[in-house]
Amino acid sequence: MKIAITSTNNSLDSTFDLRFGRAAYFCIFNTEDLSTEFIENKNVNTKSGAGNKAAQTIIESGVSRVISGDFGPKAKDMLNKFKIQMVMLDDDSKTISSIIEQLKSNNNYA
Amino acid sequence: MPIKIAVASGKGGTGKTTVTVTLFHYIKENITSKVQIADCDVEEPNSSIFFDDLKPIESKEVLQMIPSINTDRCSFCKKCVDYCEFNATVVIPGVGFAEVNSALCHSCGACLYACPEDALTEKSHAIGQLIKFGNNQETPLIEGKLKVGSAMQTMVINHLVNDDWLNGDIILYDAPPGTSCSVVSTVSQANYIILVTEPTPFGLHDLKLMIELVRKLNKPFGVIINKADKGFEETNTYLMSEGIEILAEIPFRVDYASSYAQGSILKNIPGDINAAYSKLISNLKNKWVHYA
Ligand code: SF4
Ligand code: SF4
Repeated sequence: MKIAITSTNNSLDSTFDLRFGRAAYFCIFNTEDLSTEFIENKNVNTKSGAGNKAAQTIIESGVSRVISGDFGPKAKDMLNKFKIQMVMLDDDSKTISSIIEQLKSNNNYA
Repeated sequence: MPIKIAVASGKGGTGKTTVTVTLFHYIKENITSKVQIADCDVEEPNSSIFFDDLKPIESKEVLQMIPSINTDRCSFCKKCVDYCEFNATVVIPGVGFAEVNSALCHSCGACLYACPEDALTEKSHAIGQLIKFGNNQETPLIEGKLKVGSAMQTMVINHLVNDDWLNGDIILYDAPPGTSCSVVSTVSQANYIILVTEPTPFGLHDLKLMIELVRKLNKPFGVIINKADKGFEETNTYLMSEGIEILAEIPFRVDYASSYAQGSILKNIPGDINAAYSKLISNLKNKWVHYA
């Protein structure tokens, strides 16, 4: 399965982004082949509906779980509609690679 | 044409609503009996609590036309998504999902224009209501009330300030607190703006933001310093250096404040407060010659 992690930049040593709708990038981690891919969030500076739009990006990339700091009500509604699990993490000092390592070691993406 | 005066302030707590209501009574007694308040604080309208003798007598819904997508006709081309400036449309081709999020839609109509399949039709949604408060003789208060969950404050305000229920000689718009779009919608429709401030460092900070806003809108305005006996002189100094008119300085009286709560604003009014409002009324009378 694919897990999306909100990221402040486009590499594995970037730090975690607490914002969902206005995250800079989405890191898509594929648990089957352990590959990662960074998708730029083109709607960071949009004036409204950033969460709705980000949810759409996530849904289209075939993700089943999203890890972010917080989800707004509209993003939540949309992600719920597609049964995408939302996981909240509040530590913005973590890097993307450390989060991925944690996922791997917990093997907690069954 | 009625004279429209917006009463606004920075953040809450300056006593904006009590000033509006007191001013209402003074106008009624000294200028015209045909004065009305439009409570534009649509998220939390509260002017009605100051009018014991008024009851809601009529209400009407504020409707917004929002497109909805008929997925049987939709080809999932995403044109409506590209056209929607507000990110209200979600189309996910793979799974046959197409929807307009009504809370984000601003009814601009762009998606209707963009759709090649004629898959969008507009449906009306209630986003709030206008409530007329009155008694046997008159209807001095109209309240706008946003439906919980709706983000269309400005649309409800625009309906309120242009509604034909507001038919008096003088209309007081009780503006929402702050400097948001809702405030702009309210004050931009007024002929004159009264800014209410409290003489404290925070109050002055907020006041400066408000002044910046009304100057941008190019509207004539003046300031009322409420709770004026706080001994913070910077507010007066600042206003004088900017050449901004101080319409009135209203002292604070604890015992009098409690009579607000009982709805008896004009009874037992202390002499110094009465003097401040009388001065305000004569100040405003002079101005309104230009707007009437
Ligand atoms: S009417 Fe305008 S705001 Fe509403 S969904 Fe269509 S394009 Fe978006
Ligand atoms: S523009 Fe029309 S056909 Fe294209 S996705 Fe939107 S609703 Fe469907």
